[in-house]
Amino acid sequence: MEPAYHFFPTAQLQELLNQLSENGYTCIGPIARDDTIIFDEINAVEQLPAGITDSQAPGHYSLETNNTSKYFDWANGPQALKPLLFAPREELWSSHHTADGTLGFSEPEHEANKIAVIGARACDIAALKIHDQHFLEQQFVDPYYKARRDNLLVIAVNCSQPADTCFCHSTGDGPFVETGFDIALTELDDGFLIDVQTSKAKSICSALELQEPTSKQLDEAKSIKRGASKQTRQLPDIDIKSRLLGELSSDAWHDIASNCLSCGNCTSVCPTCFCHSENDMSTLDGTSTEHYREWDSCFTQGHSYIHGITIRSETSQRYRQWLSHKFSSWHDQFGRSGCVGCGRCITWCPVGIDVTESLAQLVERRRG
Amino acid sequence: MVNPYLPHDAVITQRTQESDTLFTLRLEFVDPVIKQAYKFAPGQFNMLYLYGVGEVPISIVSDPVDSHIIDHTIRAVGRVTHGMAKLKQGDHIGLRGPYGRGWPMLESKAMDIVVVTGGLGCAPVVSVINYIEQRREEFGRLNIVQGVKHTADFIWKDRYDKWREMPDTKVLLAADVGEALWPWHVGPVTNLFDQLEFNPDNTAVMMCGPEGMMRVVCDHMLDHRVPAEQLFLSMERNMQCAIGHCGHCQYGSKFICKDGPVFSYDKIRPLFNTKGF
Repeated sequence: MEPAYHFFPTAQLQELLNQLSENGYTCIGPIARDDTIIFDEINAVEQLPAGITDSQAPGHYSLETNNTSKYFDWANGPQALKPLLFAPREELWSSHHTADGTLGFSEPEHEANKIAVIGARACDIAALKIHDQHFLEQQFVDPYYKARRDNLLVIAVNCSQPADTCFCHSTGDGPFVETGFDIALTELDDGFLIDVQTSKAKSICSALELQEPTSKQLDEAKSIKRGASKQTRQLPDIDIKSRLLGELSSDAWHDIASNCLSCGNCTSVCPTCFCHSENDMSTLDGTSTEHYREWDSCFTQGHSYIHGITIRSETSQRYRQWLSHKFSSWHDQFGRSGCVGCGRCITWCPVGIDVTESLAQLVERRRG
Repeated sequence: MVNPYLPHDAVITQRTQESDTLFTLRLEFVDPVIKQAYKFAPGQFNMLYLYGVGEVPISIVSDPVDSHIIDHTIRAVGRVTHGMAKLKQGDHIGLRGPYGRGWPMLESKAMDIVVVTGGLGCAPVVSVINYIEQRREEFGRLNIVQGVKHTADFIWKDRYDKWREMPDTKVLLAADVGEALWPWHVGPVTNLFDQLEFNPDNTAVMMCGPEGMMRVVCDHMLDHRVPAEQLFLSMERNMQCAIGHCGHCQYGSKFICKDGPVFSYDKIRPLFNTKGF
């Protein structure tokens, strides 16, 4: 079913930001900083990256100006929504040592700030759904993730300019978002098509002067979607899940991983990677200690360490762990692949390893 | 909402040095409500927290019939366990659990049982033997096989002597490297397998120890027509959270912390024979 689109002119975007603020939301949006698009707090449209687009390729990211005045005419930056909900580092609890030897444990106060994020992409929202499954819908609920998730308002903006590294069309996750958001925007030349999905979003948007879209505006959106669907990369069109299981002992892993630095950039930027480690940091007087978690990566030596043994001592084993988890065992865990086609692991890999090529290489060897 | 990450204060009520590197801590929750509510099954594990250092997963070796007595036998091998080895009776640690799916004791009623352990891996299956000992008539023949590298690694001689006295029970011991006065077999533990007494159509094999050893046991049992579904292995991987979130213990699609640590062989067979998972 076609969404019930409305239209508002570009000049009203500031009013949307104002309404978010008036409804108690801190607004997080895209900003051009440090030669990339990052997400940080914004309150004025002037902070958005107008007329800026990104150029991405394996191992390459740069920003360029284009001749439009659009705010969202770029593909993505390194962050996605992951750091907003699954913090890169956060305290889980602290422990206190008392004079009589007993131990006290206390939780940090959960953040209750209402956050509205504007500029989420279809791939980011697909990844958000996976993290919801992982942290909220299993045997144990993660209270830290939940506190933030309950307070998040998602304003998606459909992609207009896929990067050279994007392949969301082949994973089925984009370029246009269909579910899992509060508000979705499509940026046209002179304004936005808006799709308001949830009741809390409806009350925010009630102050906007929304118009019925013209057929020309709807056609413009369709044309943007067609353009954004033309992506240069794609996953091999085979049953990757089963095929990888048959290749676990293949020598090909050594060839594919021979360039890999095992640096973990791919897992940091991957919007679905959820591994984390837990550590303690004590005060100098020894009376209390903070137990915190931080993102970890299956590419680290410590990830598979167990009583004196490193299960995955070789880089090829770590690359295989990552790829076979993401594209094979992930299906059994979450009912879909762990890849949403955002292409970040390709862009931010310092040696430009392309996951779509790695998969194709495994298949070609099998055929040969 | 209950925070599953949060440990609770527990006190060490007893400490036993089992060998040079092995020690047993008996723990008791300080909070009477938590203590009262705590229940566990054989093969489950707890997360033990050493103040200021970190948490480690340790299996419970005591019998679930008295869930207020929580024994953990620990090998001092890493940063946390070396520190724990220095704790004394009366010291406090953090405790949360129990976690995981343990041994299939209810499903194995009336079956012959083969318990195979290797190296220092016997602790997780001691709970199985204790469980059967308490309910001896509910199970068939019991075979207990323990292999160690060096005779010095052998602990709990008294327990093995006691188990040997149980009805319909066979205890077989082997050391790879023998020494004077070691009365049992010298050589690989697999040499003893021909002495096992079980009906392959009605047997549960429960094993714990080095994966190489468990691989040999699985092959032997499959050769003797015990189905893969009746071979049970206690698996170990790095674990940070024990609640299926941190990702470290993933074994293919399985999270060892919540889908295991005990798996039937058919569930993990392809990965179990591939190095690096």
